[in-house]
Amino acid sequence: MRVNFVLSEVATGLRRNLTMTVAMILTTAISLGLMGTGLLIAGMISDMKEIYYDKVQVSIFLADDVTAEQRSAIEAQLSDSPEVAGYLYESKEEAYERFQQQFSQQPELVENTPPDALPESFRVELVNPERYPVVAEQFPNGQNGVDQVRDEGDFLDRLFSLLNGARNATIAVAVVQALAALLLISNTIQLAAFNRRNETNIMRLVGASRWYTQLPFILEAALAGLIGALLAVGGLVLTKVLFVDKTLAGPIKAGIIPPVDWAAIATIAPVIAAAGVGLAAVAAYVTLRLYVRL
Amino acid sequence: MIELQHVTKLYPASARPALDDVSTEIDKGEFVFLIGSSGSGKSTFLRLLLKEDDPTRGTVVVNGKTLNTMSKWQVPKLRRTMGCVFQDFRLLRNRTVAENVAFALEVINKPHRTIKRVVPEVLEMVGLEGKAARLPHELSGGEQQRVAIARAFVNRPLVLLADEPTGNLDPETSEGIMLLLERINRTGTTVIMATHDYHIVDSMRRRVIELNGGQITRDQSRGVYGVGR
Ligand SMILES: Nc1ncnc2c1ncn2[C@@H]1O[C@H](COP(=O)(O)OP(=O)(O)OP(=O)(O)O)[C@@H](O)[C@H]1O
Ligand SMILES: [Mg+2]
Repeated sequence: MRVNFVLSEVATGLRRNLTMTVAMILTTAISLGLMGTGLLIAGMISDMKEIYYDKVQVSIFLADDVTAEQRSAIEAQLSDSPEVAGYLYESKEEAYERFQQQFSQQPELVENTPPDALPESFRVELVNPERYPVVAEQFPNGQNGVDQVRDEGDFLDRLFSLLNGARNATIAVAVVQALAALLLISNTIQLAAFNRRNETNIMRLVGASRWYTQLPFILEAALAGLIGALLAVGGLVLTKVLFVDKTLAGPIKAGIIPPVDWAAIATIAPVIAAAGVGLAAVAAYVTLRLYVRL
Repeated sequence: MIELQHVTKLYPASARPALDDVSTEIDKGEFVFLIGSSGSGKSTFLRLLLKEDDPTRGTVVVNGKTLNTMSKWQVPKLRRTMGCVFQDFRLLRNRTVAENVAFALEVINKPHRTIKRVVPEVLEMVGLEGKAARLPHELSGGEQQRVAIARAFVNRPLVLLADEPTGNLDPETSEGIMLLLERINRTGTTVIMATHDYHIVDSMRRRVIELNGGQITRDQSRGVYGVGR
């Protein structure tokens, strides 16, 4: 294979339809960027599940006027219950400290919250989280010093269904964009084939192999796919540095949201590149088979 | 070497066949004129030999290979044994004379050394040794056709197909092109040339196959263009 020849053909092809090429690259980049975002959210969701689900499943908030007897009665009941895998007591002061830490980025909120505003609580881990109703029944709200029992799992389920929705929406938009990208690639390749029809005709007549004739077009698409992928990865890096690391710094530090780390982007980058190059090459190949006589 | 057996070609959306039950044989080293009025099927005849198209019925054999049963990926190999020249030259406008000829070798993966050696040789043979660095638009029509012939011949094909190669040229220039084709024929290459140029046919006295409405109406060795003219 004459590498120089093929490469110069590819370069000429890309230059000749510059506008189409740019459109093709940008659409591919957006599609791949969204796909990468979807994958990152997916990774984040599974990280968060690990952070949260393993910890608290039920919170028992105590009333402000709880007595010491009531408190130890609740604790005894928890330690005796076969449903309970473990529990933690959190005093008003500890609750306030955790609150301060979580919202360190929003000092006004912290300032406006009196130190005793947060209730003391037991954080309970269940043997089987689905047995929540049974456990809740043993601690009726508003009685025996219990203010409220809350199923944190329920909250988490809602949170995660929200995140899953975000992930699915991102991926759905990525798919639509990918479709647009594929059509653009197909169009660009048809245009390129039209521009190069003299060369291609002569190649056909002098007996160049199909492969040799098609390769410049396929490489042209693959190269555009690769550039699109690089732009997409660049976009993800910028999003991390400029948005995630800045705007979400507080919740990340407080351990509410897992950070988007470089390793995750490094894992996703080759996937994106492979998807970009692969899809573009396949689109080009199919276009040549369907629309172009080689 | 080349054989057509009961070949019929019907283009889609056309009631009359372009070739109608054509049978003939052409031996290695022959020089054959394909004549006939416009639309009589000359170009179709040549296209079938190149497997640019498949016959609707009948068999086409080239260099001992039956084209009907030949698979797609074998077609390039077939075409490497054939050269083609057309009325409109079909040169690449942005490449020089030498590059145009070299292109035919590059795309079939000939080594650089061979290309460097062979291209000047063939350009000298067609009489363009001083014009290797020119672009096609810097050449006359006759010179452009010489480049096209050089490109068709540079890989030493067994068969040279020429579809009205002198159609755009004046008589003197055409004569030069015919001398060149004769020279190529003398190297053992079979030449099949479709033409309307009766001066050429009459002066060369080679085999003439006349097509009329897709049928062979005359096949004459050392023939002339028109019998009653
Ligand atoms: N691709 C095609 N599709 C449909 N019909 C075609 C096609 N090519 C040729 N024909 C028809 O087939 C017939 C023979 O055409 P062909 O080109 O072989 O004639 P020709 O002898 O080369 O004519 P000319 O001297 O004008 O070049 C004509 O009626 C033409 O209209
Ligand atoms: Mg014709």
